[in-house]
Amino acid sequence: MNTLLETLRIGGLRSRIELKQFMRQRESVVFTLFFPVILLFIFGTVFKDTIAPGVTFSQYFVAGMIASGLVNTGFQQLAITIPMERDDGTLKRLRGTPMSVSSYFIGKALLVTFLMIIQTALLLFFGAIVFDLNLPSDPMLWWNFTWLVLLGSACSTVLGIAFSVVPKSGRGASAVVSPIVIILQFFSGVFFVFTSLPSFMQQLAAIFPLKWLTQGMRSVFLPDDFATQEVAGDWELGKTALVLLIWLILGLLFAIKKFKWSRE
Amino acid sequence: MSSTAAIQVQGLVKRYGAKNAVDGIDLSVESGEIFALLGPNGAGKTTTVEILEGYRTATAGQVKVLGFDPATKGSAGQKWRNQIGIVLQSTSDAADLSVFETISHYANYYENPRNVDQVIDEVGLREKIDAKARELSGGQRRRLDVALGIIGSPQLLFLDEPTTGFDPEARRSFWELIRTLKAEGKTILLTTHYLDEAQALADRVGVINNGQIIEIATPQTLGGRNNAPAKVTWLENGVTNQIHTKDPTTEVLKLSQRFGGSVPELEVSRPNLEEIYLKMIGELR
Repeated sequence: MNTLLETLRIGGLRSRIELKQFMRQRESVVFTLFFPVILLFIFGTVFKDTIAPGVTFSQYFVAGMIASGLVNTGFQQLAITIPMERDDGTLKRLRGTPMSVSSYFIGKALLVTFLMIIQTALLLFFGAIVFDLNLPSDPMLWWNFTWLVLLGSACSTVLGIAFSVVPKSGRGASAVVSPIVIILQFFSGVFFVFTSLPSFMQQLAAIFPLKWLTQGMRSVFLPDDFATQEVAGDWELGKTALVLLIWLILGLLFAIKKFKWSRE
Repeated sequence: MSSTAAIQVQGLVKRYGAKNAVDGIDLSVESGEIFALLGPNGAGKTTTVEILEGYRTATAGQVKVLGFDPATKGSAGQKWRNQIGIVLQSTSDAADLSVFETISHYANYYENPRNVDQVIDEVGLREKIDAKARELSGGQRRRLDVALGIIGSPQLLFLDEPTTGFDPEARRSFWELIRTLKAEGKTILLTTHYLDEAQALADRVGVINNGQIIEIATPQTLGGRNNAPAKVTWLENGVTNQIHTKDPTTEVLKLSQRFGGSVPELEVSRPNLEEIYLKMIGELR
């Protein structure tokens, strides 16, 4: 119990120092925290249409942006920065201290969650001000929104840590990770209306968490009767939670077993 | 003797593919001792040290560091890491954090950390306390590494090529720091390329080549240095003469009589550690 508390305490301290380092890299602040807002401006300006009476494309797009923000901030960011930490000696130095690997994972998870909260707040704020984004008024929807963000952050974090074993070096990590994320975003209905995608793309996307996160976010930001336009004719929130949980557990097991402290 | 050994190694082997990077090493480092491991690049120094630090696992042999096998998995290893400090070869991590932020953060990991301010003074980074690691010079950066190595008040400190890239002055003040740590009773295992460093700091040195220890001795006696013939040189008729002798005192007396007093440009020297070392590893014939 004492060790558990200590592990959590160190994890908390790690998240603080990680956040400090993150905030001091201006490019990462701009491209992680403001990227969804920038994309919203671009897409919101180009596609001024409504997809149904009173529902703008921006409304649809915000759901996708929050969901893919989860993938960018967790999976993509960690799968790139952890190999860099492996190269610059961070991991080796940590390995030589009494800090437990769990504290390191907890620090990353808290960092991702915190960044997601800032990022989402920025997106909703600018969306509401500039693009007349309709924010949900039903508390139930906000509850769904909260668990989707938290579960999505956790899932994205462990998958990022797990995937960090793939890039051979920090320098090459971005080239390995970014295309995967971009393709996943296209397949998962982030940039387009999901049901207008070819069915093989839809089926492929249904294996991965992003499609489910995006769909879940649509249930929050689109009118409830839009559920009939989904592939299953339903928001499928239960199934979404299940898919995310399975990925979370698989990712965690893999991350604990295969995490690489050094390149060799 | 073995009861006070901080490090005990018997028959250590590390195989990579078909080659033994470490090929049967026996080694014992006493508690409170500074032990320097010397050897050319690729001799197996870093591999050996990283096995002792728990970064790599041995192919064969027995290793005890502070009575503990560093290859042990699980939380026992965490406890053990409270007792050791590691200064790795050059690193570039935590570039965006200040000296104070990094050291005080690492202090959190240990059960009995040293006082952060005191450590900053000891490594001489007081003036750089708020500087980011990326703004430090090579020598200052290395001092930060040492600070992180000693913040947990370790009994045993590993220093892997600590002064590479230092200017002579920085090296001298670094040596002073190491002597202070020794005075506190710490055991230090040092690897270095600088023979003068080993001579200045080490109680004993071990020379390693092709994965094997060639000799372990004090810096004064390594390679029979204490009994090696001394070189006597002097100027006579515009020519520098030299002889090698086991008894330089007699030779100098004889010379003095011959010159009727002072001998022009007289010099008596024994081979320095570097010459002995180079001979040992077969680069000087």
